[in-house]
Formats: sequence, C-alpha cells, structure tokens
Amino acid sequence: MFHQPYVDYHAFAPEIVLTGVLVLLLLVDLVFEDRARYATSTLAGLGLLGALIPVLTLAWNGHDRSMFGGAYVVDNFALVLKALFLVAGYITVLISTDYIGEGDYYEGEYYFLLLSAILGMTVMASARDLISIFIALETLSIPAYLLAGWRKRDVKGNEASLKYYLLGVFASGVMLYGMSLIFGVTGSTVLVHIHDSLAKGSTSVPIVSIGILFVIIGFAFKVSAVPFHTWAPDTYEGAPTPITAFLSVASKAAGFVALMTLVFISFDGRSDVWQPLFWVLSAITMTVGNVIALRQTNVIRMLAYSSVAQAGYMLAPFAIATHASRPQAIEAIVTYLVIYAAMNLGAFAVVMAVARKTRSAEKSTFGGLFEYAPGLAVLLAVFLFALAGIPPLGGWYAKLVIIRVLLDHPTGWGVSLAVVLGVNSVVGLFYYASMAREAFMRPVPDEDRAPIRVPATLGSAIALCALGTFAVGIVPQIVARFAHLAPFGT
Amino acid sequence: MHGFNDWALTLAVFIPLVGAVVMLVIPRALEDWHKGIALVTTVADLVVGGVILARFKLHHTGLQFAAGAHPKDWIAVIHARYEVGIDGISLPLLLLSMVITLLVVLYSWNHFPEPHNPKAFLLLILVLEVGMNGTFVAQDLILFFVFFEVVLLPMYFMIGVWGGEQRQYAAIKFFLFTLFGSALMILGFLALYFKGGQSFSIPYLIAHAESAMPHNVALLIFGGLFMGFAIKVPMFPFHTWLPDAHTQAPTQGSVILAAILLKLGTYGFVRIAIPILPRAAHTWAPWIGGLAVVGIIYGALGCLAQTDMKRLIAFSSVAHMGFVMLGIATLTPFGINAAVFGMVAHGLITGMLFFIAGSVKDRFHTLDMKRLGGLLLQAPRMGWILGFCAMASLGLPGLAGFWGEFPAILAAYHPAAGLSEPLFRTYMVIASVGTVFAAGYLLWMLQRVAFGTPKEEWEGHHIDDMHWPEYVAWYPLLAAIVALGILPGLLFRMTDPAIHTALAALGK
Repeated sequence: MFHQPYVDYHAFAPEIVLTGVLVLLLLVDLVFEDRARYATSTLAGLGLLGALIPVLTLAWNGHDRSMFGGAYVVDNFALVLKALFLVAGYITVLISTDYIGEGDYYEGEYYFLLLSAILGMTVMASARDLISIFIALETLSIPAYLLAGWRKRDVKGNEASLKYYLLGVFASGVMLYGMSLIFGVTGSTVLVHIHDSLAKGSTSVPIVSIGILFVIIGFAFKVSAVPFHTWAPDTYEGAPTPITAFLSVASKAAGFVALMTLVFISFDGRSDVWQPLFWVLSAITMTVGNVIALRQTNVIRMLAYSSVAQAGYMLAPFAIATHASRPQAIEAIVTYLVIYAAMNLGAFAVVMAVARKTRSAEKSTFGGLFEYAPGLAVLLAVFLFALAGIPPLGGWYAKLVIIRVLLDHPTGWGVSLAVVLGVNSVVGLFYYASMAREAFMRPVPDEDRAPIRVPATLGSAIALCALGTFAVGIVPQIVARFAHLAPFGT
Repeated sequence: MHGFNDWALTLAVFIPLVGAVVMLVIPRALEDWHKGIALVTTVADLVVGGVILARFKLHHTGLQFAAGAHPKDWIAVIHARYEVGIDGISLPLLLLSMVITLLVVLYSWNHFPEPHNPKAFLLLILVLEVGMNGTFVAQDLILFFVFFEVVLLPMYFMIGVWGGEQRQYAAIKFFLFTLFGSALMILGFLALYFKGGQSFSIPYLIAHAESAMPHNVALLIFGGLFMGFAIKVPMFPFHTWLPDAHTQAPTQGSVILAAILLKLGTYGFVRIAIPILPRAAHTWAPWIGGLAVVGIIYGALGCLAQTDMKRLIAFSSVAHMGFVMLGIATLTPFGINAAVFGMVAHGLITGMLFFIAGSVKDRFHTLDMKRLGGLLLQAPRMGWILGFCAMASLGLPGLAGFWGEFPAILAAYHPAAGLSEPLFRTYMVIASVGTVFAAGYLLWMLQRVAFGTPKEEWEGHHIDDMHWPEYVAWYPLLAAIVALGILPGLLFRMTDPAIHTALAALGK
C-alpha cells in the first residue's frame, strides 16, 4: 500500500520558488517574444533573490528538516550552500545582462537554463541519497553543457560545449558505475544507511574500494581536479564569459558539496581508501594548475588554470580529515567556497568589463589599464591578489583555514601537504601579479585611452564582489559564522 | 584621559587608513589636496605617537596601551583577537615608522617620480604606514601576520610603477621572496597555535608555548619563523632581492624599505621568535650568528664591487643588518639592546643616505659613481650631509650608528650562557673586520661622489643645492642621528626593561 510521503513545503520553498520562476520565464519568453527580452534577466534576478527569502526564513527557524527517509535534508550546511548558489547565480545574472543582451543571444532560454542549473545545485545541497545526488548532478550539468556552447557560431564555443559534454557524460558514467557497486554491496541508496552498512565491515573490501574510487573520480571531473581537468581550460575559453564565471564558481562548488556529503557521510569509515587518493589529487591539482597557469597568455585561460589550482587547495582538507576533524574540514571547505566565489566572480566581472572595450581576453590587451581606467585596474588587482591570498583581501583567510585544518593534530601527511600548499601560493602569486603588472606597469598597447563605460548591472556585480572580498579579508568573522554548521545532523 | 590609553594604538594604526580612504574619493587632478591630506594625516599620526611617548612609563616592563584587559575577539572561530600593546622594544620602532612616513611625504612634495600621479603614490605610502604601525603594535600572531603582509602590495606597486628601468623584475622578486618567507612563517604560527596552547596571543605564548611542546617541534617551528623573518631582514643568503628592490625603487620607496620594512624582520625575531621559543633560539643562535657575520663581510665585499651609488647603499644595508642579527644571536640583553638601537640607527642613517641618493639622481640623472664627483663643489650642503651620513653609517663614535654596531660586537664576547664562547668570539673578530670594511666602502663612496672635481659632462652645469622639501625632510633625521649619538641613553632607557622581560624565559 502506498503511503504519501511527508512533504515539508517550507523546506522545499526555495526550490518551489525557483521552479515557479523557471516556468514563468518560459511563458514570458513564449508569449511576449522580443518585446519582453529585457524583462527576462530582471525576472531571473528577482526570482533568485526571491528564492533566497525562504532560505533565510529556514535559517532563522533553525530546525533541521529531513524528508523521504533521510534522502533530502535541509540543515545549516544545506542552507549556507543554497544561499551561496543563489547569490552566485544572482551575480551571474548581473554580469550576463549586458553581455547576453548585446550579443543577440536567446535571452529567455539562456536564463531558463541558468536557473535550471541553479535549481539542480540547490537540490544538490540537500541531497543525501545516491539517486537524488545523481539527479541533482544531471539537473545542473545538462543546462551547463548547453550554456557552454551558447555562442553557437563560434568554433571555440562548439568545442567548449562538446568537450564539456563528452567528458561530463563520461564522468557521470564512471560515477554511476561506482554508485551501483556501492548500492550492490550495501543494499541502500541513502547515505546514512550506506555508512552504517560499511561500518559493519561485512562488505567486500575490493568492491567498496572500487566503488568509492569511481564515485570520487566522477566528481573529480566536476571540480576539475588534475588529471581530470582537461576539459576546463577549453570549455572556459569557449563558453560565454558569464557562464565561465558561473562554471568555475557555482558548478565547482556543487561538485564539492557532493564530495563532502558522500565522503564525510557514506565513506566516513573508509578513510584508508580515500585519504591517500585525495592527498595525491590535491597536491597534483594545485601544482599542475599553478604551473600551467604561469604560461598562459589569455586571461580567461589563466583564470581557468587558477581555478584548477584553487580546487586543489579545497581538496586538501579531505586528505587528512578523520572522523574527529570532519567538522573543521567541512567548515574550511565551505568557507573557502564562499570566499572563492566572491573573488573569482569579481575577477571575471572585471575582465568582462575591460573586454567590452578591448574585445579580447589576451593578457597584453590589459596593458596600461591603470592609465585609462584606474578604478577597474585597482579592482582587478584587488581580486587577483585576493585569489593569491594576500591580506587584507579575502583570500588569505580562506587559505588560513585550510592550512589550519592540515596542521591540527599534525601528521606527516598534513604537514607535507601544508608545505606544498604554501609553496604553491608563492607560485600562484607570480601569475596573479604578472596580470597586475600588465595593468599597472606596461604601456597601453594601441594608445587608445578612451575610458571604459561599465554598465550598471556589471558594475554592481563588481561592487558586490569587491565588498565581499574586502569585508571577508578584514572581518573574517562574517564567514566564520558558517563554521558552526553542525553538518549533517551528526 | 583613561580612554585615550585604550584607543591610542588603534588610532596610531588606523589614522593613515582614514586619510587613504578620503584620498580615494577625491579626484586625481586635485594634487594639492592629496598632498595636504597626506601631510595632515601623517602629522596627526605623529601627534598621537608623541602623546603615546609622553604617557609611556619607562620603567614599566609589561605591555602598555593594551586596549583593555580583555582584548576583543576578532575572528572568534580561530581564536584570533584584536590584541595590541607596546613595550620599550616596539615604541622606538613605531615612532620611527611615523617620523619616516611624515618625512617621506614632505620630501615627496616636489619629488614625485614618473609617472607622477601623487594621489596613488601618497595613498600607497599611507597604506604602508598602516601595515608598518600595525606590525609594531600587534600582540596576536594572526593580527601580526596580516599587518606584516599589508605592506607587500603597496611596496610592490611602488617599486613596479614608479621604479627604475628594471622595476618590474625587482618588484616581483621582492614580492615572491617575501611571500615565500611568510608562507613558512604562517605555517609556523599555526603550529605554535596547535602545539603551544590553542592561542595566538603573543604574551600567552611567551608564557606557555615552549614548555608545552617537545624540543624538536620547537626547533622546526623556529625554522619556519626564521625563514619568514630572515628573508625580510634580509640575512645572507636570502638577501638577493634587496639590492634589486632598493636600486629600482623610487627614492621614497627605498627610504621606507630601508628604514622600516627591513626592521619588520628583526623585530619579528625580538618580539616573537626568541621570546616564545627561547630554547629553540638557543640551539639556532650559533647558526644565526654565523649567517650574520657572513652577511657583514659579504655585504661589505658586495659594496666594494658596486658602481651604482644606490646599490652600494643597499649592500651596506645587508652588512648593517648583519650587525643587528649578530646582536640578536648573542641572546643577551646587552646584544639585543644593541640590536634594537642598531635598527633605529640604521633606519635613520640609511634612510638619509637613500634620500641623498635620490636627490643626487634628480640632479645628475645617474647614480653611476664613475660619472659623479665633486658634489662638494657643485652642491656643498648636500655634499657635506652625505659626508656626515657616511660617517654616521660607518659607526663614528658620537653619532647614532656607533651605538648599534659597537655594543653588538662587544656582546658577542659574552654570549648567553651555554652558547660557545670561542665561536662567538670568532664572530666578534670577523664583525670587527667588517667595521673596517664599512669605513672602506663608505669613504670610497664619499670620495667618488663628493670629492674631486666634477666630471667633464657636468662642467659648467648649474646644479641646485638643497630645496626646501629636502631641508624639512632631512634636518630632523640629522638631528636625531646626533642626538642619539650623544645621548644613547634616550633609547637604551626605553628598550632595556622590555628586553630583560623578553629574555626572562631564557634564564629558566
């Protein structure tokens, strides 16, 4: 006999609002056609802010809510990440407005797909079950494949989309296979049950190990960890810049969310399998990302490799997290994700503002930016040095919390990874600074010193990110609040 | 006025920031406004410094002007607090930082290097002052770290935008070297936190940290801190960024770099590394002393090989900081008193030398000593001041430089109990030889720049002697060099009680 499952509509409110806006967007686009083109971005932006309201009320309410036998959970962890996805999405809408509007792209569909991806991400934050994780992943990935190829007459755009799609689907396949193995030996798809089942120790070790390995590799694609990063630079370069920013921040964060829930809930007892794996992933991801970034002449590609390296920093806490230090590891990763979102979106937004004039993302076109657009040049430097981790800009705190986790109860593994991270931040500085050098210390390449007009939406996105970057750097306590996530109701 | 004592240090640190923010919103074209705001800000800051000095209790050994008994949480989740306070070690350096910044602003009045832009230039100087003052008052490791790093960006841009021919190379080299050190330093700080009692508070760590951890861990942590501070000092063999940075930086940048930024490193040793980990420092001391004397000799030989006046002064910094580090390595109150005096004296004297080098460059458009000569004939005042500073720098008794160098050498005769006397006496002899070299290269520089007759290319050229910004910027420094030279007690009285407290743990 079928029992109707309990549905907590308050807990679902963010997703319901988003879905409603999605439908509305489609209808507006369908009914009003060209007359309402400008309305779509406004509608999408308001919709994202609207979805933020129930997130806030849920946070204010403070109860952990669990549905469908533990498959869908709304706790502080989920709420912080939902808020992150919605705000990052809002900033993406802000930076998209003029870019998409002026580019004669399909606006209604664009925002529809963008919001679908964000919907998938908000679901991901709550998913505590293999199936809902998979559905969330596909909901956020498939629109992203399409968005990556939005400039459809551009060869690079096609390459971006196809590469992203093929590798993404491949990764999904690998991951799904791993999930099926884990389901096979544990007999459950709910993460908590998997944990209990694995803890009993009666399961076949090799199969579980392979299952864990495959699942982690699947998400390693998503977070562009080396050696599964090869799609990232090409996709980032070919995709419309707002989508690149979105992918490098929100999509990556979604991958980390899934990794955290899977690793720290289900595979908690099997740290012998995943700790060494993450150590290697983290170390080579940050090193390879940084070293290749050194050689880039295109700013977008440089930021792409930089985001690979940043993923390496975020992977580090996994490598040493034990059951006891799990809360600190989650805090550190979430803090990093939040700060990284502000810095990286800001950097992309400034690059977009400059590219409005130069029509290029080559590093050399940024020469002498300080002479004709001092404000943008300073903001560019702010975001770049924040990414490099120079106080008093936000990034230093993100790095500090990561290193702090690595050195808590220091082991050889933790200390060595901390040293690798330290050396990598120095390497990273070199290319971030070389970009700043271009803007401040090199002459204007074509002697064209006309000032840059920054549209209001793009400008407000930059201002929001800059505000966040400074605020976090000077008063880190504002993100440190997220520290008490009491994750997963454990 | 009880309230003032609580707020004094916060004011001292953040007044320049207020000035910088105001300048940020004023358009670039209003240059006089920017100069005015920078001047008012730095003067206001110095006034606060003066009041702090007046209210400072000389015989008090603990921290003063600490903001209340219970510092405010800054980042509660990692237990970092906004904890500030000064003692006799920090106060002279804090005042030095305030004075030098003010004088640099005054000197800048009509000496803005290309590409001009007084707004950005003065703004960076003010931000630098925030970082420098903050480092000297911070009593929390994370706070210290943040201020320590705040100076990097302004100095990077100052060298990279307003510097000489090789400015981009020099700027990034400076940045990378220092950041490498700080990366290891922050690892050390975090290790101190976890191993030393879950606190970043410097006074707490001084009292508790070392007894809470095994000696080999303390040695490793000291190694991390050593790298961070030694690169900043800079000690041989980490000094290679310094000649490039100094040579390429604009005059004002060189002055601030020499007078204050280098002191952040030595200050870190005296404030953090040695008091918190005295036993580890004891084990490391022979190595530090060794590198210090190598630096003295190496710096001196480096000077003799230079043809560029500014580069010569830069190498002389390596040698002088060697004396400071030798004083520190003895781990005796006598040696560290000498070191702190040496920091202040070097700040005043080398700052002056860089000012003069800048003015010479303004007039002759070169610092190549082969093309210079006869400064005494063409600009006698400037020539004599150069002579005076060279004398001060080589440690002539009666001028400030002497009291930094001579006691440091003397201290090596009797290093702290347990340190090898023969070794340190060898260091002493080598360091003494270094003073002879110092006389050699400084007099050689003086001879080539100031004596003789002007070279052919300058014959008949009119060379301006000092302008008014030079008078107002230089005379206070010259007066301080003489005053501290004649009355070294002015400074020693301030530093001595604090240093005895800082080294108290060593006796245990």
